[in-house]
Amino acid sequence: MLKFILRRIGVSALVLLGASFLMFILVINSGDPLKDLRESNAQNREQLMAQRAELLRLDDNPFERYWDWLTGVAGCFTGSCDLGVTINGVDVLGLTQQAAASSLRLITLATLLAIVVGVALGILTAIRQYSGFDYVVTFSAFLFFSLPVFWAATLLKEFAAIQYNNWIAVGQYAPTTIVVAALVVGFVLQAVLGGTRRRRLVTGVGAFAFVAVVLFVFNALDWWRNPTFGLGGVLLVSAAAGVLVTALVAGLRNRRVLYAALTTSVVGTVAYLAFAPLLVNQPSWLLLAGLFVLTLLVSAGIGAAWGGFARRQAMLVTGITGVITSILVVADILIANWSSFLGIKSRPISTIGSQTPNFTGDFWEQVLDMGTQILLPTVLLTLVSVATHSRYTRSSMLETLNQDYVRTARSKGLSEREVIVKHAFRNALIPITTIVAFDFAALIGGAVITEQVFGWKGMGALFQDGLNAVDPAPVMAFFLVTGIAAVVMNLVADLAYAALDPRIRR
Amino acid sequence: MSDIRNSNPGGEDYEPQISASGTDAVGLAAGGSAAPLPTEDKSYSQGQLVARRFFRHRGAITSMIVLGLLVVVAFTSIGVGPIPGWWPKDYTLQYDKIGDGAPTWEYPFGQDTGGKDYFALVMRGTQFSLIIAFSVGIVSTIVGTVVGALAGFYRGWVESVLMRVTDVFIIIPLLAVAAVLGRMAGDSGIWGLALVLGLVTWTSLARLVRGEVLSLRERDFVLAARAVGTGAWRIITRHVLPSAVGVIIVSATLSISSAILLETSLSYLGFGVQPPDTSLGTLIHDYQAAFSTRPWLFWWPGIMILTIALCVNFIGDGLRDAFDPRQNRTKD
Repeated sequence: MLKFILRRIGVSALVLLGASFLMFILVINSGDPLKDLRESNAQNREQLMAQRAELLRLDDNPFERYWDWLTGVAGCFTGSCDLGVTINGVDVLGLTQQAAASSLRLITLATLLAIVVGVALGILTAIRQYSGFDYVVTFSAFLFFSLPVFWAATLLKEFAAIQYNNWIAVGQYAPTTIVVAALVVGFVLQAVLGGTRRRRLVTGVGAFAFVAVVLFVFNALDWWRNPTFGLGGVLLVSAAAGVLVTALVAGLRNRRVLYAALTTSVVGTVAYLAFAPLLVNQPSWLLLAGLFVLTLLVSAGIGAAWGGFARRQAMLVTGITGVITSILVVADILIANWSSFLGIKSRPISTIGSQTPNFTGDFWEQVLDMGTQILLPTVLLTLVSVATHSRYTRSSMLETLNQDYVRTARSKGLSEREVIVKHAFRNALIPITTIVAFDFAALIGGAVITEQVFGWKGMGALFQDGLNAVDPAPVMAFFLVTGIAAVVMNLVADLAYAALDPRIRR
Repeated sequence: MSDIRNSNPGGEDYEPQISASGTDAVGLAAGGSAAPLPTEDKSYSQGQLVARRFFRHRGAITSMIVLGLLVVVAFTSIGVGPIPGWWPKDYTLQYDKIGDGAPTWEYPFGQDTGGKDYFALVMRGTQFSLIIAFSVGIVSTIVGTVVGALAGFYRGWVESVLMRVTDVFIIIPLLAVAAVLGRMAGDSGIWGLALVLGLVTWTSLARLVRGEVLSLRERDFVLAARAVGTGAWRIITRHVLPSAVGVIIVSATLSISSAILLETSLSYLGFGVQPPDTSLGTLIHDYQAAFSTRPWLFWWPGIMILTIALCVNFIGDGLRDAFDPRQNRTKD
């Protein structure tokens, strides 16, 4: 296995090297770096041109220039990174660190969301093939991957951000809106869950009533401007999530796993109570990361203790429940800070930049600010990827559901859950991992455009400005970050592939 | 998932559930080809079977009609090159503005800030975008097929070299390499742009074709061809590739839709089509600031891109179902 990984890394490194050479040569030949000076009327034009030629080393051999760039990059392994300077003499390394942080944040978030949502939709549509739900999702998927990103971004700015900001100033839903929203939720739920006509009717009406009542109550409490969630909410939702995860992974009949999941929810909520003063008074990213690791350890421990004969399943379930609980805890704190955040920033969803300039607020308000800034670009990137993922998952699931071993599994009397989760889904995942890795590269392309539309100073801007000025250093820095990210994603996909498919382990 | 499945009374009930409303609203989506072909005495050739399955796909047929209409209108309305079209107005001339230039019967797509007829401008952009998209599709299909077929058929060092080259192109973000090349080709007009975009978008097809060829070359009919002394080139062109035609056609169709999105994105960023040429992406780039005051300047080009890409994707889906109907059979 180690040999397999090492060989993959070696090949990737060679490919990366070749690609970087190609990219470098292409960029330096893509235009005339002295164009703006040639057209200027400055007195010292000749001198400026000579200066820039000196800085960019235009008179040198391209191979020498590439070699020097490469040795500068190789310095990163020994601790003295040198990615060169831009056409204006700014050090590229500093620029890259800043840009990469904001871009990778966006791309990673979008990838994770797209995988979860896309795969879930794909499975559901495959199970409910040719249902109304399937047709709606299929059509939307086609629509979303035919969507020009830059165009959709402008629409999203107008209709999601500006309209929402206008609405939150009042924060009340009109009764007709509530009825329509509840109708839509009820209709979708009955289509997804399916069953007999009576069952579907009950599902639809129940969902409709629930949503309508909740929205009216929220209206009455002015919840959208002063939201609260509270300890009880965390416990309730986390327990529900635990039950759901158990139902998916181990089945509710496996009591050990169920109790383990519920224990995790309770322990998580109690821990929240214990750590609440720390989280409210002295929050920091380090604290959050530390608590997250602690959560994972404790959850796994609970799983191992309860597990018995189903230890691995129990640990998986408690792990997932733990992660969900910690997300809920953070969400609860953020929700509690929402109304004070609205006080600082009355139009919360912004359309420009990755951070509000001159924003002053405490830690949680800053997190909220970052969240509202990243919301729209993420939604946009996620939509396009969800479309691809759900289609691939659907066809991959349909393919495996037609296999003989699935029929065998059914005929030996396994429950539908076991057939779908263990036999069909696990095998359907194999091709999906490859698609996810490939799609990561496409997401980077999408991110370049999204950043441009939303005015982020990320990798996209680095690339675009660099290419406009025929300036190789920033463009190569863009390539380096995205290339390495793509290689890492491919490696992860390979590892996942090997874990899922024993045939390729060597 | 158990709660989801339990809703089916038998648990084994795998009949497709087509709710009436669902099929009516979006019958476009996957439609027709689900029904099993009638068993008649008449026998069909492989091509006829594929054509029959394709024509049963309502979404694909609708898309084909829409796309056909769009192409005809785009090319006949303002004419091509020296040939004049039936639309009376010119995209270069500035006319008197009616009101603020909102769409009227006189100017169905409205007028831009200077009074130019926006219908003519959009049609011109559509022409350019269509030309580029189709050329890119053709170039990338040829390159991808050749690379994939050679790599898959010869194996050995040919395969290693070609596939590493493919990896090199895959690892550079497509938009980045396309932007660099598009900038270089910007001066040579749209044909140059179409050519270079074709030269960077072939990678996925090359991988697909290689995989297909790898399995086809081990088949008995290839062995038979070898045994009677058929040359490698003839085996590839006459025996292997015709069997892989489904994969190639489907992928070629889908590459057209990604090409139109790639080209418009590049033009939007300023690395694609350069003035005086125009494309739908350039139009959106030029008029995006007008969204709040003159929304029609923003809507039309976007809707055009969306329509073209959506139609091509549906046609590709219909072709895939037609060539590979296994996927559409309901689980039994």
